[in-house]
Formats: sequence, structure tokens, C-alpha cells
Amino acid sequence: MTATENAVREGRRAGKGSAKTPRRRRVAQNRWLPYLLLAPAIIFELLVHVIPMLTGIGISFLKLNQFFLRNWLEAPFAGLSNYHYAVDVNGSIGKALLWSFVVTIGFTILVVGLSWVLGMFAAVMLQRSFRGRALLRTIFLIPYALPVYAGVIVWKFMLSRDNGMVNHLLAQLHITDGHTFWLIGNNAFASIVVVAVWRLWPFALLTLMAGMQSLPTDVYEAAAVDGAGMWQQFRKLTMPMLRGINQVLILVLFLWTFNDFNVPYTLFSASIPKSADLISIHVYQSSFQNFNFGLGSAMSVLLLLFLLVVTGLYLLFTSRRSRRA
Amino acid sequence: MRKRILGVVALSAALVAGAGGLTACGSSDSGSDSKTITYWASNQGSSLQNDKDVLGPELKKFTKQTGIKVKLQVIGWNDLLNKITTATTSGQGPDVVNIGNTWSASLAATGAFVDFDKSHMDKIGGQDKFLATSMSSTGAAGKTTASVPLYGLSYGLFYNKKMFADAGIKNPPASWQELVTDAKKLTKPGGKQYGITLAGASYTENAHFAFIFGQQQGGNFFDKSGKPTFDTPANVKAVQQYTDLISKDKVATPASAEHTTTNDAVEDFTSGKAAMLLGQNNTNTGIEANGMKKSDYAVAPIPILTPLPAGGKKINSHVAGINIAAFKGGNETGAMKFIKFMTSAKEQVILDKAFNALPVTTEAAKDPAFQTPENKMFVDVLANTSAPMPMITDESQFETTVGNAMKDLIAQAATGKTVSAADVKKSLDDAQQKMQSGG
Repeated sequence: MTATENAVREGRRAGKGSAKTPRRRRVAQNRWLPYLLLAPAIIFELLVHVIPMLTGIGISFLKLNQFFLRNWLEAPFAGLSNYHYAVDVNGSIGKALLWSFVVTIGFTILVVGLSWVLGMFAAVMLQRSFRGRALLRTIFLIPYALPVYAGVIVWKFMLSRDNGMVNHLLAQLHITDGHTFWLIGNNAFASIVVVAVWRLWPFALLTLMAGMQSLPTDVYEAAAVDGAGMWQQFRKLTMPMLRGINQVLILVLFLWTFNDFNVPYTLFSASIPKSADLISIHVYQSSFQNFNFGLGSAMSVLLLLFLLVVTGLYLLFTSRRSRRA
Repeated sequence: MRKRILGVVALSAALVAGAGGLTACGSSDSGSDSKTITYWASNQGSSLQNDKDVLGPELKKFTKQTGIKVKLQVIGWNDLLNKITTATTSGQGPDVVNIGNTWSASLAATGAFVDFDKSHMDKIGGQDKFLATSMSSTGAAGKTTASVPLYGLSYGLFYNKKMFADAGIKNPPASWQELVTDAKKLTKPGGKQYGITLAGASYTENAHFAFIFGQQQGGNFFDKSGKPTFDTPANVKAVQQYTDLISKDKVATPASAEHTTTNDAVEDFTSGKAAMLLGQNNTNTGIEANGMKKSDYAVAPIPILTPLPAGGKKINSHVAGINIAAFKGGNETGAMKFIKFMTSAKEQVILDKAFNALPVTTEAAKDPAFQTPENKMFVDVLANTSAPMPMITDESQFETTVGNAMKDLIAQAATGKTVSAADVKKSLDDAQQKMQSGG
């Protein structure tokens, strides 16, 4: 029991003695106040997230195509057939979804890993004060500050085959013949990973930099006196003290990357190559290009379940580990 | 306690992230009263701005005549079908909208558009004012149409006169085989010059050519009852007729695989990288906007396979064009007045001239502006060697599934893989399965 709670109880007890009724009313009012203050947030949460989500789950059980678009409540009930299509890996739809899932997992691991490593490296380097530090910090944050569309469309120009800067540069340096496709075929995967990391790593940097601000300097001084080098300081001091931050950071990076729609959509328009067939675009195409909103919703629900399971396991695992530590 | 809060925050973050995929985006453009209408125009000019510049003065004329203000929004082709779909779902659409005429039957099936029955037809000047060919692409046979023709288009072969002369080619190719031979002559080693350029990443263009070559090969993508028959041998050959240009014969610019619109392909053509281009008549606008002079290029009908395979038809274009439709529940009276205005002979002449399109009404077609040899060629193609794309409700899914499957094949070919008949058959098979899951 905390000191504040004790004080509140004391206060209540004291109140019982003298002038009973007005005090009690005030307490009753106070009890409702937090809910009242939370109400707008809860209402918006319901409107913006919960209700559309439940609607999406509902749609996944319907045969919703162009005939019922206008009045989708009249769409016939499809039972589990949309789910059946989505998970039947022998059919072409299920196979394509599985492929897209595998691509997305690979993409997510690479992007989260690289963004974290880059962010951590830069944050450690920027921890000590030197000339030009503020300038570097600002430069590093530019990709994150730019609107997604503006940043990614420039990448699209740079990566185009005939007039792109990347091919031009590679040809000038005699690394390739300058006729490489970066936006179609297998190279598209490398392109999307690079662009996504470019876009995401400043967020890792920002979070880790903020986390490091709160680390006590005296511990490092003591460690230095004891003869710990930079690597040892990093491993034995920085990493353990940043555990809580890393836990949330990696989870957020994972969720953002796994669901990223803007970057691949801007880079490839609606024509995403098979090697970079990320799941968010895949679901979108199943719904909008094929006019099959039931199937698209079923895929989304599966995606949601997967993310919930992963997140749950991750939290269970990481919190158990930190309790042991 | 802190741990638990962290958990709750993270879990709700997961939920929110997941929900993003479930929530369809909506846009609303309604709120029209009897004195205003909202109009979604398709991109007909060299840029969205060019469309606004052309339509602006005409819309002012309409406001002057009727007192109705028009809120104009020009929408690119890659977004148009999506935006219409979203508007249909939310019931918050514009009052008047342009649609690709091949989508007529699919969009009519949604029931979102006003039907042009006799009384509505009379309000816009009667069905008889439209050309019969143009009317053939307004909806399923025997059903009341939900859109009327606005701009007429057909395909042609654009070629660079100087490059042809340099290669010693005197006349435009007379058969498809000759086109391939010419294209080989025009392709120079080293990647500096190619015979042809394609919009290989555009699903609509790909689907059009699948249909056109399908007709030549004696194929059909749907049987009489409207069931998809994508992977028949004739259809496989049809798709190969197109993909071979970049795969087997290697006469198309590799960058074709990256071109998402015909306007992207136009750059290859005007820069002298490619000698030929397959495009609709409005491609003129883009070519000239890129600075190529009218005297430097010419247009011929797209050559046809000679001799035709069994069951093949002499078809080298679909009945291309743009239709105009009115959303139900908006300012329908204003919408009808506007459609009447846009399809009036006077406006047809002005707009078709500006957009390099063909008039869709008998009266406007007589205007001297459309009697040039080039225009006559496009009119001739439209009248004699074009067929309407299947006017069935699944048409738009045919375009997305087959068009996108071809886009993947073209990408594979451009990155060095040879696309075999078996590859084509497999991807058509997959496209068909995708389509059936929705039907």
C-alpha cells in the first residue's frame, strides 16, 4: 500500500467523524470523475478502432462482392468459406497468401533487426558530446520527419532502371552495367528492405537516445575506474538498463513493419512484385482489385490473430525474463 | 504494476495495428444541393492539370447556362476504380463520374448508378444521338444501361517515321508477323534502341491486349454463360503474342516492365529509345506534350495475325472509351443536365479535339475537325475491326486478375526468365481461381 493510498484512507476515516453527508457526496462524485474524464477517449477508441474492427470481422463471414457493395448488410452469409480459401495452401489463393506471409516475416526480421542495430549504434556514438552532434542528430532524423510519400517517391525515381540514380552511380563505379531492375523481379525485395530501414531506423535512434538520456553517468564513471572498456560498458551497463525500452521498441518496430502499407504501396504503386509481396498489400489487392471484400477481411482477421499471438508470447517471454533478472 | 501497464499498452498497440488492415478507407465528397454537383473526371489529357485546364472553361459555360456549379476532381486511372468502389460502399459519392467503358457492366451490377431508362435517356437528348458502336460498350446486353458514352477511343500503332526510314522500312507493318520482323530490325544491340515499348505494368493495358489478341487467336475469356475460361490454349497463345515481344523476341524496351501507364511508355517513344508504341488515340496528347512533332511520327492500325488461326477474328482494338454515369441519391436532376451538356454536339467537338478522342454522337462525328486521315483511321478501327470487351458483371475482375498476372509475366521476362506456354497457362489458371473465389 502506498503512502498516498494511506493518506486517502486516513482522510476518509477522519471524514466519518464530522459533517457526514457533504463529504460522502464529494467522495461519490470523485469516484465518477476518472470515468468521466476517460469517456471521450473511450468513445473515440470505440468509434475509430473497435467498431470498424468488429465490422471487419463481420464482413469476413460474408460473400461481399460488387453486387452487395452498396448495401453490404444484404450480402449472403458465407460461413467459413472465406477462411477456407485463405488457409487452403493447395489452392492458389492460400498458396499466395502463405508466400506473402513468408515474405513479410523475412522482411520484418530484416527491417527490425537492421533498424535496431543502426539505431543503437548511432545512439551510442551520439551519447558523448562532440562538435557537430546536434547537426548529426538532426540529419539522422530527416527520413522520419519527411512525409512518407515524399521520401519514398524519391527512392522510386532513384531506383528506376533507365533514369535512376542508383543504376547511374553503379555504372559510373563500374560495379554493374547499369541495367539492373530494382523495382521488379527479385531485387525488389532488397529495395523495399533498404527503403523501409531508411524510413524506420531514425525512430529506433530517437527512442534509444531518449532512453540513454536517463541513464546515470556515475555508473559509467565507476565502471571506467574499474577498467571496463566501451564494449563491456555497453554489454554490462547500457543493454541491461535499456531493457524496458528495448522491449517496447522492438515490439513497436515489429508491429509497424509487419503492417506497413505506405512504403511498399508508394514504392511499387499497385503492382507489387512477387518477391516483395507484403501481406498488407496482398490483403488490399484481394479486397479492392478482385472486389472480394469478404476474403480480404478474412485474411485481415487471420493477420490480427497472428499478431495477437506473437505479441502475447513476446510479452510473456520478455517479462518473465526480466523478472528473473 | 509498471509491467502490466506496458503489457496493456503493447497489446492495444497490436490490436490497433491489426485493425488498420480491417478498416477500409473512406472519402466523402457529397453534400451537394440542387445548385451544385460534384464531378469526378478521368485523366484524359497529358496530366491531371491539363484535364483541369481543358474542362475548366466548359464547366463555366455549364454554370452560366443552368446556374449549377460544378465541383471538379480529376482522378488518375490507377485510382479511379478504387475510388468508385469506395464511394459505392460508403454511399458518399460524387453526382457525376467518368468510368472506363469496359467496367460498365461490373459497375452497373453494384446498383450505385442511375439507370438510363427511356425517361432518363430523354432527359439527356435520347439514345438515338449516340453512335451505335459507342453504345455497344455501355452495359450487359438486354439490360438498361447505367452509363452513356462520353469519349470514343480505339487502338493504333504509333511509329517513328525517321527510325523506320533509317532501318529501311518503307511501310508500317501489314501483319503481326511483319511487326515482329520490323521490330527485330529496329532493335540494336547494346540496349540503345528497341523496336517497341509497352505499358507492361499497367493491368488495364495488359488486359486489353489479352482480349484483343484473344479475339485474333480464336479465344474467349468467358463462355456463353459468363463462366471464366482463362486458360484455354487460344488464350495462352494470346497472352504469349504480347509477352513474346519482351520475352522470346526481346524487341521491347526492358523498362516496359516498369511502365505503369501508357504515358510512361510514351517517354521511350519520344526519346527515340523505341520505334513503335501501341496506344489509343489520346496517346497523341502525351506524345506532343513530350515535345515530339506531329510530322515525326505516324499512326497505322495495329496489324493482325495473317493468316488468322481457326476461329480467329479480324480484331485489333476493343471498343475503347470513357462513359459518364450519375450516382443515385445525389443531385440527379443536375446530373442529367450536366450529362446532356457533356454529350451535346458542341461540347463533344470541343472536348474530343482537346483530348484527341473520337465523338460519340452522330452529329459531332460529322464535324470537319474529325475528318483528318488519322482520325478516320481510328474511326474505321472503331467501326470495323473492334469488339466490345465482355459486357458481363465479372469484367472488371477479368481486367485485374488477368492484367496483373500478365504484369508478373512481363516482369519475369524483363529480368531474364523465358516465359513459356506452361508459365502462361499456370498464371492464367491462378487468375481464374482468384476470380472464382469472389464470384
